[in-house]
Formats: sequence, structure tokens, C-alpha cells
Amino acid sequence: MHDVIIIGAGAVGSFIARSLSAYKLHTLVIEKETDVGDVTSMANSAIAHSGYDPVPGTNKAKFNVLGNKMMPEVCKDLDVEFEMNGTLTLALYEEQLPTLKDLAERAKLNGVEAHILSKEEVLEREPNITKDVKGALFCPTGGIVNPFTLTSHAMENALDNGVELHLMEAVLNVEDKGDHFIVKTDKAEYEAKVVINAAGLSSDKFAKMMDDITWHITPRKGQYYVLNHFDKDLPGKKFVNSVVFPLPSEKGKGILVSRTTSGNYIVGPSSEPVDDISDVSTDSMTLANVKAQATAMVPGIPFGEQIRVYAGNRSTPSNHDFIIEPSKNHPHFINVAGIESPGLVSSPAIGEYVANELVCPILKPEKNPNFKKTIRPYIRPLNLSLEERNALIKKNPDFGEMVCNCERVSLGEIEDALNRSLPCMTIKALKKRTRAGFGKCQGGFCQPNVIRLLSKHYGVTPMEILYDKADSEIVLSEATKGAK
Amino acid sequence: MEYRDLVIIGGGSAGMAAAIGAYNEGIKDILILEKGEFLGGILNQCIHNGFGLTEFKEELTGPEFASRFIEQIKEKGIEFKLHSFVTDISKDKVITYTSKEDGVVMVQAKAIVMAAGCYERNAGAIGIPGDRPAGVLTAGQAQLFLNEYGYMTGKKVFILGSGDIGLIMARRLTLEGAKVLGVAEICAWSNGLNRNMVQCLEDYGIPLYLSHTVSKVIGKGRLEKIVLSKVDDKMQPIPGTEKEFEVDTLILSIGLLPNNDLLNHLGIPTSRSRGSLVNDKLETCVPGIFSCGNVLHVHDLVDNVVEEAREAGKNAAIYLKGEEKKATSEIEVIAGDGIGYVVPGKVAIDESLENITFKFRVRKPSKNVYIQYEQNGNVIKKVLKTAIIPSEMEIQKLPRKQLADESSPITIKMVAKEM
Amino acid sequence: MEERDLICIVCPRGCHLHVDKDLNVTGNFCPRGAVYGKQEVTNPTRVVTSTVRIDNAELPLCPVKTKDPIPKGKIFEIMSSINKVEIKAPVHIGDVIIKDVAGTGVDVIACRNMEKI
Repeated sequence: MHDVIIIGAGAVGSFIARSLSAYKLHTLVIEKETDVGDVTSMANSAIAHSGYDPVPGTNKAKFNVLGNKMMPEVCKDLDVEFEMNGTLTLALYEEQLPTLKDLAERAKLNGVEAHILSKEEVLEREPNITKDVKGALFCPTGGIVNPFTLTSHAMENALDNGVELHLMEAVLNVEDKGDHFIVKTDKAEYEAKVVINAAGLSSDKFAKMMDDITWHITPRKGQYYVLNHFDKDLPGKKFVNSVVFPLPSEKGKGILVSRTTSGNYIVGPSSEPVDDISDVSTDSMTLANVKAQATAMVPGIPFGEQIRVYAGNRSTPSNHDFIIEPSKNHPHFINVAGIESPGLVSSPAIGEYVANELVCPILKPEKNPNFKKTIRPYIRPLNLSLEERNALIKKNPDFGEMVCNCERVSLGEIEDALNRSLPCMTIKALKKRTRAGFGKCQGGFCQPNVIRLLSKHYGVTPMEILYDKADSEIVLSEATKGAK
Repeated sequence: MEYRDLVIIGGGSAGMAAAIGAYNEGIKDILILEKGEFLGGILNQCIHNGFGLTEFKEELTGPEFASRFIEQIKEKGIEFKLHSFVTDISKDKVITYTSKEDGVVMVQAKAIVMAAGCYERNAGAIGIPGDRPAGVLTAGQAQLFLNEYGYMTGKKVFILGSGDIGLIMARRLTLEGAKVLGVAEICAWSNGLNRNMVQCLEDYGIPLYLSHTVSKVIGKGRLEKIVLSKVDDKMQPIPGTEKEFEVDTLILSIGLLPNNDLLNHLGIPTSRSRGSLVNDKLETCVPGIFSCGNVLHVHDLVDNVVEEAREAGKNAAIYLKGEEKKATSEIEVIAGDGIGYVVPGKVAIDESLENITFKFRVRKPSKNVYIQYEQNGNVIKKVLKTAIIPSEMEIQKLPRKQLADESSPITIKMVAKEM
Repeated sequence: MEERDLICIVCPRGCHLHVDKDLNVTGNFCPRGAVYGKQEVTNPTRVVTSTVRIDNAELPLCPVKTKDPIPKGKIFEIMSSINKVEIKAPVHIGDVIIKDVAGTGVDVIACRNMEKI
């Protein structure tokens, strides 16, 4: 019997697992994908929103502001890249200036620091913003965060503290047996005292197994451009310093221009409802529109530096707020659903709330005396001094050998990622952990080597190595060579 | 800190030829830094023939061509380090590299030749619409998997782009048992060499779809199908012309780009070739830093690469020996109408200069045109070309005495011949 | 013999050749183009390049080629012979891997020096 089963290992599921691992609980996380954080948590804007914009009093406002406050410590403990570079919400027309004032008021009500900047102040901060800008709302506590490692390091920490994780296993059904639940998957059946539904885009499907719910999830697609880190190593100002937004609308926060923690730039997202939760295709017309809207704010975006386009689906709930509450009919089944933007930054706060305020009153667990809130730090040779790097390479020469040319990831870093509590089985997982393959050549140079390293580590043939999902092998067969 | 006269970044065809060029001019303290497992770079995976007709007057495969240079390097005792990745070059020519054996090493060079080659434009860069499944990969990647590791990336293949590596891979995959359903080229003309059209496509009955592109990629895990569309004169897919192909692999041969991050990060200006801006000595704006081969501009023929690289090595030697002549003036070179890019971007006029060699590509295939050299709007030279195509780099010489003056910019343009 | 327009594949220059019914070749930049033009209309030939499995070397495959051009019609037969061969390092450029492949009188030879590890 498990104490808790969490369905879904996105950012939310992973942080709930981490918060629960502070208690003596037998927790199992079940994830259908080949890696944690492989759906919405992977394909988003990678922003740690300040919390100025959600309607005061909503769950979104509460968890966003709390999550944002937790970010510096969480990212330090979990060795996640985070930069509090502030967000700028632009008014491009005179008639938008009153809205800026309203937003500043809202920020105040949410307890978020915000300043209205004049045109001149905006342009001084961000010389590449359009000269047509009329003013902006600056929120200094907003920032950017590495969404890949935020999720994976939270889960790694949970696993280090005793949580169990099953990847590539899909939950099919949950049944309430009175004093426990039966969770049936495509591989096995489990019993659990508490079930947490953190199934993201599928969360309404699981909620329906318990109640006649009045809400539903609409997958809302966002398409993005990724540009190379063209100004990363150049001296002087960044192309864009803070995250640049237009005024928010009903459809969301609008198309942003943002530097990422890796020094790349992302431009997006679009916003269109889709029927199929797995539809993350991109199309030229939508992307052209993204480009046009972004260019209206920042005219000189060097789209020639494009290295990838991507799309992700947000779990938009019909009630427009995060749903974080026990099921009406089955109070030990907890829904954590509809976590769209600002979900990423909220996830540490949601994790704490679900563990401490919802699960603890039910199970009344003891503290886990062995709980450690930090993970073993990841070694990044390029961030070390020459002396430190040489000492490191002397100890483990693999840190001297480069695997990924573009993002400069060493063999030692790859081996480190492969030898942690959190499995790292696919090319994509390794890319998210180490950045190998994220650069301008998109794995053109390093992928064969990465496949070789993965197949060696897991003792399988290169034909069995997946890019990400099922059936995503890169090499399909051996060329017929020799006697065999 | 280590000290070297000449450090060469890259041990492929350009790097090796540059080293030999400098060595032959009397420079002995040379270090080649190569990131890979072997000298020879990309030639090792280019197992097809067609290399060396100018250089060795015979037709060699890539590995054979590389081997001739590797032997020269070894004979001359030129030092090279493998698995050695350069992470940084500073303006005062300190090179930082990292390797398993040496750790992180800083080398103070007196001169540097950049010869880091190029990389392939990929699906991300052009943002092919649709899903992002496995099975969409670049031609060079498929080539590496097949020719060096022995793995087939697929059995039913479509190829986007008519670049030479794509054509070579069409034949190569066919020979190894795959079915290549077609090659799509967005331009109205092919971007590969004529001989590859014949011996890689025609020989095997593989159709070439000109003015077509892949307008959609479909597949959740692995590629399942592609949609081919005809494009209009703005290269946009024309609705109603879609045709579906069930394939497990889409190979991209859509261009090569100089792998020039190290010099870009130094703030050295780039030319339209996307390599560094150099003068006729192949020297960048930082004295003593030279660039050559595919990191400077992408070549079609390795024979041209080694010739250019030897020149860069020789010029580096002249610089090292302090024999560089002082430039009396500098002329800017402009790629005018119809010209994609020109190397060099500047000409340093000094007493040693006799002829200026220009390498360039035209933007589109043309017949009966003049390549016209102008200064101050006056034609100083024109060359008649009955046929000229973008996929074949043009090399032309301009004698110094034909210059109208030694300070005004030279514009090279393509103009139609009046009939 | 029919008149034919061909693209010369002898070198990357790719000359446009015209071969008339008396096998006269025009459009060639060099004499090898004339030879190719004649050959292509009478008995077209190609050089086959591929790889063979190699043991005890740093890489699993060794590149090979037919030492001379072989008749076009024999390409797949030759490929099938090449794909059956297994060799052992060391091997050196020019070493004969298959003698007289597919009865063409042409040898398949190694294209890369591969030392024993």
C-alpha cells in the first residue's frame, strides 16, 4: 500500500513529490512519458512571473506570488538557473497608459513590487524596444528560470529523499475502495491511501473518475521561436535585458520576447485552442503572426539566428483559475488541475501547499528525518575558474572532453546526468539535463555520440535509443555488413 | 601558458593544408588543435569519390584525400592534438582549449589560422511546419551514422534540398537498400553539382522536384509522412498542390554555414558568406588572425579549400617572419547586384600585390552574363560567362594594374549581356 | 547510335556534352570528357564506393571502392559482394579487399588506413 500516488511528473507533480518527501511517506509518482517534465513543463515561456497580473484573491495570484518569493531559495537548493531580471509590460499606445495604472494597482493588491516607467526610462533600460513605446510597468521580481532543470531537479531531490518514480507507465483508472484507492495502469495495479491528480492536460479525465465536475481543460497551444545565444559572450548590453510583454489580454499574457537562462532568446507564444492534447505541431502562418507582433515591440529581433521552433499546450481550465482542492465525493483524491501560466513559478508553492495543507491533515505523517532539501550540485566546467577546471579534469578527465560543441557540454557532465537517481533515458532527457544538442547545430554533431553514450550506459543497442516518445528511434537498423 | 608561433584551429582539410603552407615557408613551431578523434575532419565520412582532381590529378575518395594530407603532416613532424576543443580565442591571440589529457590549456600564439569548417543548416533553423518527430535529420548526420558507425537512419526516405551531400546520400542509402522517394528543391534550379544529379539521382531513377518544398512534417514519435508542395515565386507553398509521401526519414540538405562562433565572439565583423571579413591575405581585422576553408565561406570542392588554406598558412608565415608589407591603402570589395557574397571583403594594397583573386557565388543560375568589376561607377573589367550557377563557386583574378585607383571600393556585379 | 546530350561526371566541373551518331563528342573542357562521352553512350561505367565491416579497428567500418569504373549494370551485384565481406585490421589504402569483384576484372580496394587496436 502506497501512502500517496501522484499521477503526472510535470513541474507540479515533481514539486508535490519533493514537498511530500519531507515526510515519512511511501510516495509513488506515475508518469506516462519517457521523462519528467516532458509536456507542458517543457514547452512554455520559462518565466518566473512576479505575480502582478492575476486577479487578486485567486489561486493564481496566491501561488504565483508565493512561488515567486520561493524561487531564489528553491533554485539555489536545486541548482537551477534563475535570474531575477525583471519584467516589462509595455504600453505601445497612449490609450493603453490607463491600463498600466490599473495593472500597477493590481500588483499592489497582490503584494508585488511594480513601477510605472516613462518612455525615456524604458528606452534607457531597453534600447532595442520600439521608439513608439509610451511607457511600461516594470516588475523587478519577475525573472527567467530553466524550466527543464526546475522540474527534473525537484524530482531528483524527491527521489533522493525516498520517493519512487515510474516512467512510461500510463494510469488507466482510479477506483475508490473506501479506505484506499486502486490505481490501475497499463503495467500494474497499485493501492494508495491518497491520490493526487497532477495530470496536466489530462487532469479533467482523472477528475471525472471521481466526480461530475463542472470544469474542463482546453489544451491551448503556444508556438515559439528559439534564437541562438548570439549576444551571450559579447561584451556590453544584452539585446533584451528584462522579459518584454505586451499588455495582457483575455487570451493570456501575449507574445513576449525573452532571454533564457542559457542566453538564447525565445519569442512567443501564440494562443490557439486545440482538440488533441498531443498536437504540438507548428505552422508558418501562426509563427509569422508571432513574428509580426514581437517585432512591433522589439523591431530588430535577429530572426536569422533562429535555431528551432516549438509549441506547447497549456492546460487552460474553463473556470480560469488553478484548481487545487480535494474531490467533492472522494476527499482523499486531490485535484491539482488547470495549472496554466503562471504555473511554472507557482509549482514550488503548490507543492508545499498540497503536501502541508492537504495531504498532512489526512495522513498525519512524521517528518522524514533524512530529508535533504538540496541535490548534489551539477558540475559545469565552463562556470569554473581555470584552476578549478584543471583540478576537476585531473580527478575525472572526462570533464576535459567536449561532447556538445555548440553548448559546450563535456563528457563528464553527460556521465554525471546519467548516473543520478532520476533516470535519463532519452536523447531529449539528456538534452534537458545538460543542454547537449540544444545549440545551433541541433545535435547534428553530437547526436551520434550521445546515442552511443546512452546505449553504452543502458546496455542496449543504438536502435533502442529514443529521441523522446515511444517509436522515436533515430537509427532504425544496422546496415547489412559482414557475415552476420 | 604555452607559447607557439602558429596555432591552427581545426585539423580537417583546411587546417592541415594551412599547416603545410606555413611549414613550407619556414615556420616549424605549429600546433594543430582538432576536436575530433582523427585528423581529416568531415572527409572521413565522405567515402564517395570525386576529390583531388586539381590537387592530385586523380579521383580520390574523402578518406584517401585526407590520408594524403595526414601523411604530409606526419612526415613533416607538425604537431597536432586530437580531442582538443577550443573554447575561446582572445584578441591578443590567447587560445584556450580543453582535452582529457591536457586539461584546460591556454596557448599564446603569435598567429592563428581559423580552419574550423562548417555545420549544416537544420530543421530548427528553417522551422519546417508540422510535428517534430524523430527521423528528420541532416544529410551529414545520416552520412556519419551510415558510413562511420554502420547504422541506417531509415528505409523509406525523402530528401529536402538538392545540396551535394543530400544527393550523395540519396545514392548511398539506395545502395544500402533504402528506397529514396524523391528530392525536393525550393529553388527553380538544382543546388548540387551537375555530375551528382546524373550519378546520384538519374542513375537510380530518383525524381527531383524543383520549385517544391516540404510544407508539413507528420509523425508523433517517428516520422510517418511528409507533405510536398509546389512553391510560388516567393517560395511560398501553393495551396492545392500538396502531395503526401509515406516515409520514415526526411533528410535535409539545405545548406552549410561557417562554424565561426570563436571569431564572431571576438567581435570580428562577418561578411555575407557568414564567415569573418578578411582581406586578400585572408587576414581578419585582427593582425595575425587568418581564416580559410569552410569557416570562411562554404566551398564546393575540397581542392579549392586546400589551395585557399595553403595560402592562408603561407600568409601567416609571412606575418610571423615580419615580412608582411605595409599596406598603402585599403579597398573595400562589395558584392553588388546578382552576387551572393565575395571573398575577400577588403584588399590591402601593398608593394607585393600583383593580382587580386576573388571568390564569389552568383545568386541565381544565369546565361550570357558579364561579371563586371566597377570602381566609382566605371567598369574596370568584365568577364563574359555563357553559363554561371550558384552551386559552383567562381574564382576570378583582377590584375592590380586594372584598378582605376587604389582607394575606391570595387563592386562586383552580374549584368545581362546585351544581345 | 542516337545523338545524345550528357552531363560529364568525370569531374565536378560537369560539362554539357553532345555526342553525335558517329560518337564525336563536343562541349568537353578536357580530353577525359570525350572519353567519358563515348563510354557513356556505348558502355556506361561508374566507380562504386561503400564500406566493409572491419574487426579490431577503432571504427566498425572501412571505406572501400572499386579500383576502376565498373559497368553500371553491375552496381547492385557488387554491393551485395561488398556487404558480405568482413576484414580484420590492420588494413592500408590500396589493399585488395575483393579480387575481381562480380567477374568485372576490377578489384575492390581499401580507402583508409586502419590500424589494429
